[in-house]
Amino acid sequence: MNIENIKLQFPIFSKKINGKPLVYLDSSNSSQKPISVINKLDDFYKNEFSNVGRSIHSLAVNATNKFEETRESMKVFINANSKDEIIFTKNATESINLVATTFGQHNIKKGDEIIITELEHHSNYVPWHYLRESKGAIIKFAPINEDGDILINELEKLMSSKTKIIAVTHLSNVTGTIVPVKEIIEIAHKKNIPVLVDGCQSAPHIKIDVKDLDCDFYAISGHKVYGPTGVGILYGKKKWLEKLPPYIGGGGMINEVKKDKISYAQAPEKYEAGTMPTAEVVAFNESIKFMNSIGIENLIEHEKKLTNYALEKLKKINSVKIIGNPKNKAGVISFTIKEIHPHDIATILDEDGVAIRAGHHCCQILHEKLNLVATARASFGIYNTIEDIDILCKAIENCRKVFDLK
Amino acid sequence: MNLKELYQDIILEHGKSPRNFGKCNGHNHEAKGYNPLCGDQVQVYLKLNNEKNVEEVTFEGSGCAISIASTSIMTELVKGKSLETAKKIVNEFLSMVKTGSEIKTKDLNEDQKTKIMSLSGVKQYPMRVKCATLSWHTLVSALDGKKKRLIQRN
Repeated sequence: MNIENIKLQFPIFSKKINGKPLVYLDSSNSSQKPISVINKLDDFYKNEFSNVGRSIHSLAVNATNKFEETRESMKVFINANSKDEIIFTKNATESINLVATTFGQHNIKKGDEIIITELEHHSNYVPWHYLRESKGAIIKFAPINEDGDILINELEKLMSSKTKIIAVTHLSNVTGTIVPVKEIIEIAHKKNIPVLVDGCQSAPHIKIDVKDLDCDFYAISGHKVYGPTGVGILYGKKKWLEKLPPYIGGGGMINEVKKDKISYAQAPEKYEAGTMPTAEVVAFNESIKFMNSIGIENLIEHEKKLTNYALEKLKKINSVKIIGNPKNKAGVISFTIKEIHPHDIATILDEDGVAIRAGHHCCQILHEKLNLVATARASFGIYNTIEDIDILCKAIENCRKVFDLK
Repeated sequence: MNLKELYQDIILEHGKSPRNFGKCNGHNHEAKGYNPLCGDQVQVYLKLNNEKNVEEVTFEGSGCAISIASTSIMTELVKGKSLETAKKIVNEFLSMVKTGSEIKTKDLNEDQKTKIMSLSGVKQYPMRVKCATLSWHTLVSALDGKKKRLIQRN
């Protein structure tokens, strides 16, 4: 696998940032896009555009076919049983909101318990908090240790007859922890508790097999998997998608509409009201093809190499502290530098063309747990190279110089 | 853009050793400022006397070098000023970092003008303007006697 050739597929890397080549280390936030995805968006609007699923003219038929091809690709990508288990949403955030809202409507009542973990992104906490507010549900947080690993024993202790659902991330966007979700799902299912997996971070980094995991729901954002913004998916087991009520009401999600009653379409249409981000869904297929062309095993190996190299190099810089030391770690490294606030780090690194993220990364619970206000984060994608990490480390040394620290 | 314009020696020095840090004795006004996007927080304590002059002003909080330095410098500049003058200085500061306008007030001496102008480089970094302005907005809340927590997103 030649990374330089892969990098050439991403037009953004021909741009200079502050006169320097772009070193993009913010893929956990959103990944850059290969030319095939960009071209597809352009091509679809220029040559193929039509709304899907409604009209019977040629353009509509073609657009509908393309739209459904993405659903089929996604089914294969995550190894779902049927393409009807794939619902298009705006992003993983909306996917989780969809489950919290529809599941909450009939299955959550006052005093019922929802378990999440201290690793969760705000998007896998706030939607459940709504149920705490509206239904009087109780949210329990499974604790993590200093390494950033979830204490599975403690999580198991929280499960009770009142637990209605468990929502857990597959990969932490701060510590890079790869969570043993399969183990958690096995324990939960023994107690008849369904599990939602937030796969927003894992989708671009690890192999996803929803059949093997046996998860009840899985949420993914397209824009983190080298795809367009505005499109995500929710995988849901057929039994749930049949049982749960619809989410947003409108065109396309109905069966029959009368003055006194309305019946709803089957999944996935039941959950896809209104005009969907058509071009984005069609172009999203190109990002799945791009991922497949590389091969997830190659991608994992490349990111493992980058992560190990980066950890080794960063640990040699005395002032740098790496946040968390999980048993299994993906290409996400959060760190602090002694006496320099992460915002200042991000500004100084940007001057060298190095794009990182600074702040709480939408994980205030996790930061509070680790006694931190903010951290700096470097996260990797398929286009990153060993040289990028060398530039990062040099730029970090420069922070100390700018701040006149030894 | 030039990092040295942003991180001038005055800023680095105030960032490292902020003046007027901590609670002040007998404060009769205080306000909290918080930026939910980055987690920066600041608490400004004021002692306004009967003539509405700022007798004491101190702060507590956590943030980046820009935010700590900006707050430290602010406390030095408004201490001893009347409420009206303090607000005038705040407005001049805010338009300097947002629009690049000059500091014209005669209420600051040359040394104070140098200090306030050391923060003018922030204008070149739009994402950092909020770091510099949070405490100044919080000061206004404190001057107005508002107890409410100020939440500034940008």
